[in-house]
Amino acid sequence: MTSVLYDAPGPRAVLRSRIFSVVTALLIAAGLVWLILALGAPKTSANGAVQPGLWDATRWDVFSDREVWRTLGRGALNTLRMAGVAAVFALLLGVLFSFGRVSDTKWIRIPTTVVLEFVRGMPVLLMMLFILLVFSTGSFWAGVAALSVYNGAIIGEALRAGIKSLPRGQREAGLAIGLTPVATRLRIEFPQAFRQMLPIIIAQLVVLLKDTSLAFVVGYEELLRSGTSMTNFFGSRYSFSFFLVVLAIYLTMNLLLSWLARVIARRTGSKSGGVTTDTKAPPVKPADPEVVYPAALGNQMGARGV
Amino acid sequence: MDAVIENLPVFLEGFKNTLGLLLLSGTGALVLGIVIAAMRISPVASLRGFATVYTEIVRNTPLTLVLFFCAFILPYLQFSPGYFVLAMIGLTVYTSPFVAEALRSGVNGVHVGQAEAARSVGLTFTQTLSFVVMPQAVRMVIPPLINVFIALTKNTSVAGAFFVFELFGAARKITNERGDQVLAILLAVAAFYLLVTISLGLIAARVEKKVAVLR
Repeated sequence: MTSVLYDAPGPRAVLRSRIFSVVTALLIAAGLVWLILALGAPKTSANGAVQPGLWDATRWDVFSDREVWRTLGRGALNTLRMAGVAAVFALLLGVLFSFGRVSDTKWIRIPTTVVLEFVRGMPVLLMMLFILLVFSTGSFWAGVAALSVYNGAIIGEALRAGIKSLPRGQREAGLAIGLTPVATRLRIEFPQAFRQMLPIIIAQLVVLLKDTSLAFVVGYEELLRSGTSMTNFFGSRYSFSFFLVVLAIYLTMNLLLSWLARVIARRTGSKSGGVTTDTKAPPVKPADPEVVYPAALGNQMGARGV
Repeated sequence: MDAVIENLPVFLEGFKNTLGLLLLSGTGALVLGIVIAAMRISPVASLRGFATVYTEIVRNTPLTLVLFFCAFILPYLQFSPGYFVLAMIGLTVYTSPFVAEALRSGVNGVHVGQAEAARSVGLTFTQTLSFVVMPQAVRMVIPPLINVFIALTKNTSVAGAFFVFELFGAARKITNERGDQVLAILLAVAAFYLLVTISLGLIAARVEKKVAVLR
């Protein structure tokens, strides 16, 4: 897209844009260096006491202590544990929600829709407080419950969109060969929808991992909380250092997971399209029944269509 | 129920602050997001690189950390214009990459042929963008943008945990005073949030329908 917006530049324009690019790069770099130096400069506070700069060794010496790293590690593990448990429940709830949302029975469909709208429009944090106060669970389960309900609602919507996007023939064929409506949903439609929506679902799980930090507010011992409690323990001198380390750990975890999500999205993206549109026979690998299943369906559809 | 009625002024005060946060940081995020999106589609490689790194880092930072930085670390660095402004800055920064991504996907969603046609009749880069690509991109961008603002509405609640007295802060205060009616209080607060999010969602749905007809 961007390439058609302007002419292919000639030699002078190339030179000019290269110079411009280098200059802006230098400006950005200069800005960053200035920021780092400004943070590192010693500061005089209101009462005349001089504080050392933020990169000063006295602000970072705690990190030679093994116990500090162990506490941070425990925090990170707690974060991951909450994310893991919540992810499992969110997936289960998402499946339930999507079935309720596309159900043929009005008495199931309409209440599910109302509940979904309610949950999706409410802040996760408020839900955490709600569960913590009303059901007086611990902060761990309050966080898990709120995160699973909220993300379950979003995953459910994604799955519903996946089910709706399937060709009607899939359901009709399932019913025609004598499967019950529930069996058709479970064995014909759902596997295809899940496959198609896998990238979205994984992206939502990354959001879930990010949102576990909200449990900080309800007092769960997660990564940020372990950072702040150590700041309280060692003194506010270290507050910036601990914040930076916690941020770095979070960024590492999230970027890794995002990267993983992108890899999986790329790998499944080509296959999921094949379920409904590909008329050529995709390679069938008999060793993996999960791969064969939708591929086989795609083959049959293609054969019938031709 | 009487706890809700008694404390209605407190709720309204919180609701006012929530709306204020939403409007101010929404506007801020829109401006910042436009700048970032422009950088990401610009021909200058260094700007593109900077915007990409900015987007990746901010999008992968939890909102709690951003607001924690604004509420605790910035005052520690002797920058303290009050918690409302600090929370506003945090929400602006956190929301801007999402706005930028919505804008960018809108620009990318305009068919290449449109830009090619504009270019072949001799329009310049600026003209192509402002007369042909942008008017179409804006239309496609509005529904996802509204979704970003719905998310922002919900995210303002996190500011309530960092000393800003908005709806979530009001909920915490009142539940502390009236522990016997937690359920009613929280449902009332939820109703306020739903008032904003659901009406925004309805607007998004209507716009989407209109856009679908136009295209």
